[in-house]
Amino acid sequence: MGSETEELSATDTVAEPPKKGFSWKNFMRRNATQLGMILVFFGLWLFFILAAPQTFLSPQIYYAFMATTPFFAIMAMPLTMVIIAGEMDLSFPSIMAIGMVAFIFVFEPTGNVGLALLAALTAGVASGVLNGGLVVAIGIPSLVATIGTQFFLRGLSLVLLQGKGATLIEARETFVYEMLVGRTLGSIPNQFWWSIAIAIVCWIILNRTRLGAHIYLIGDNEKSARLMGVNVNRTRLIVFIIMGLAAAFAGVLASLQVSFFWPSLGEGYLLSTLASVFLGGTSVFGGTGTILGTFLGSYIIGAINAGIVAIGLTGFWTELIYGLIIIVSVSMHVIMQRRIK
Amino acid sequence: MEPSYRIELRNVSKNFGEVQSLRDVDFKLGQNEVVGLLGDNGAGKSTLIKILTGYHQPSSGELYIDGNRISSLTVPKARELGIETVYQERALAELQTLWRNIFLGRELRTPLRLLDVKKMKEETSRLMTESMGFTSSAVSPESAIETFSGGEKQGVAIVRALYFDAEIIILDEPTMGLSLKETRKLLDFVRHIKDAGKSAVFIDHNIFHVYSVADRVVVLDRGRVAGEFDCDDISLDDLMEKMYRVAETGSLE
Repeated sequence: MGSETEELSATDTVAEPPKKGFSWKNFMRRNATQLGMILVFFGLWLFFILAAPQTFLSPQIYYAFMATTPFFAIMAMPLTMVIIAGEMDLSFPSIMAIGMVAFIFVFEPTGNVGLALLAALTAGVASGVLNGGLVVAIGIPSLVATIGTQFFLRGLSLVLLQGKGATLIEARETFVYEMLVGRTLGSIPNQFWWSIAIAIVCWIILNRTRLGAHIYLIGDNEKSARLMGVNVNRTRLIVFIIMGLAAAFAGVLASLQVSFFWPSLGEGYLLSTLASVFLGGTSVFGGTGTILGTFLGSYIIGAINAGIVAIGLTGFWTELIYGLIIIVSVSMHVIMQRRIK
Repeated sequence: MEPSYRIELRNVSKNFGEVQSLRDVDFKLGQNEVVGLLGDNGAGKSTLIKILTGYHQPSSGELYIDGNRISSLTVPKARELGIETVYQERALAELQTLWRNIFLGRELRTPLRLLDVKKMKEETSRLMTESMGFTSSAVSPESAIETFSGGEKQGVAIVRALYFDAEIIILDEPTMGLSLKETRKLLDFVRHIKDAGKSAVFIDHNIFHVYSVADRVVVLDRGRVAGEFDCDDISLDDLMEKMYRVAETGSLE
């Protein structure tokens, strides 16, 4: 290709260098969201330490925080990919439940946690195929399609178990249980490690694979992606499948943690998961967003959750604050985008 | 056997529902030939080139590339066969970085099938200095395309088309939105394609642009080929005269 690139020198002055500051400024602007979030994270931490020192200076709160945050962090990272791809998935709380229904259907007769986990993950993949199929094959906007499947899958879970919960006491002390929600290095909950592992996997998918490159492209400009030969539908379908898989996995973790399956499993996670993604700087319009941002976002949301309770506010406040976080972070992002243009 | 045409369309029609965009079109692109495609809005120029690039499938008719019948051409397959396109809409992803746009849809990978980000950035840097003439330190492979000017964006689309060893380059209204100076550079660039022994299809509204670079012009009108002329055999005035006649009557005579 050496020769033809030189011929292009004919077009070289097509480019007039844009007037811009030097690259430090660019670096800061490109990473402003993450840098800002790290500041917010430490700022909040300091605030909570000052507001409730006896709670926030003891390790207990951190263990609790590491035990519960991963449930939505694990879903927020694949959801980031969905939103970067220009889609939305609101059905993941119900996928958590339907995955657990599959888990129980296998676990109760066999007593095998590993097999039950596999069943849950399969149900998650199937739910992802359902969502992706509605979007890709039928052409329903994903926001609407997944509102539909959110109710459908919740209803299906309730019908299949007649609205009853199920105990998972039998699953305790099994190897899979220990691996998923046991404790390591003294008291660190294993789901914390899972959230890190999944963050790494999601980062690699998004930043180091063609799939990831195509996720950004289809969310940025679907027409361009198609013109340049990107298989848009396949990419969309895979993104919904990854989301389904992660939601089912999070459902298993959350249920094993409390050794019980509640038929309402997942309902509390819609808001915290969405808030994590948007706080993390992912654009509602698609095309931009980072896994690191969402990961930090999740743990900030988790800290706020722990902090609100520790400084003596009621749980009602959490919903108000999460809602506010979504509105403010999305608005800030939109305003910042406009200013760049 | 040396195939005589790089691309050949025989009897190609394309319907979008009720609308027939192309009717029984025969089109040929020879070895080392620049063919200009002229026609009014809605004449079918864009549809024709999107069939050549695999974006649209013809409703009927046959497509040959280098003498081989291609039954269903897709965009990745067309690119594999050495057809690269500079689209009218430029086909860039504006929020993404320069290097991602250069390798859009054809990302380089390591043997482990992971993206070779380092190589893509290096190649982008090289292309920027050697071919795009970006000299400002403010523009790096990490710059987002949305910060570029129209001419710069066009430069990116062209460099991208050239990077992948294209043998056939399709330019769809490449002068749109360019300044006079940028346009002249672009026309020079099309002549360079010819000098390098490659072939090109050049689509433009502007008859002067097309006439000045093409070996042959094909005039499309309402989805069919109204006529073809070797630029050596027809004067610019005659060609313009014929274009007016086509626009008014739908026929050249």
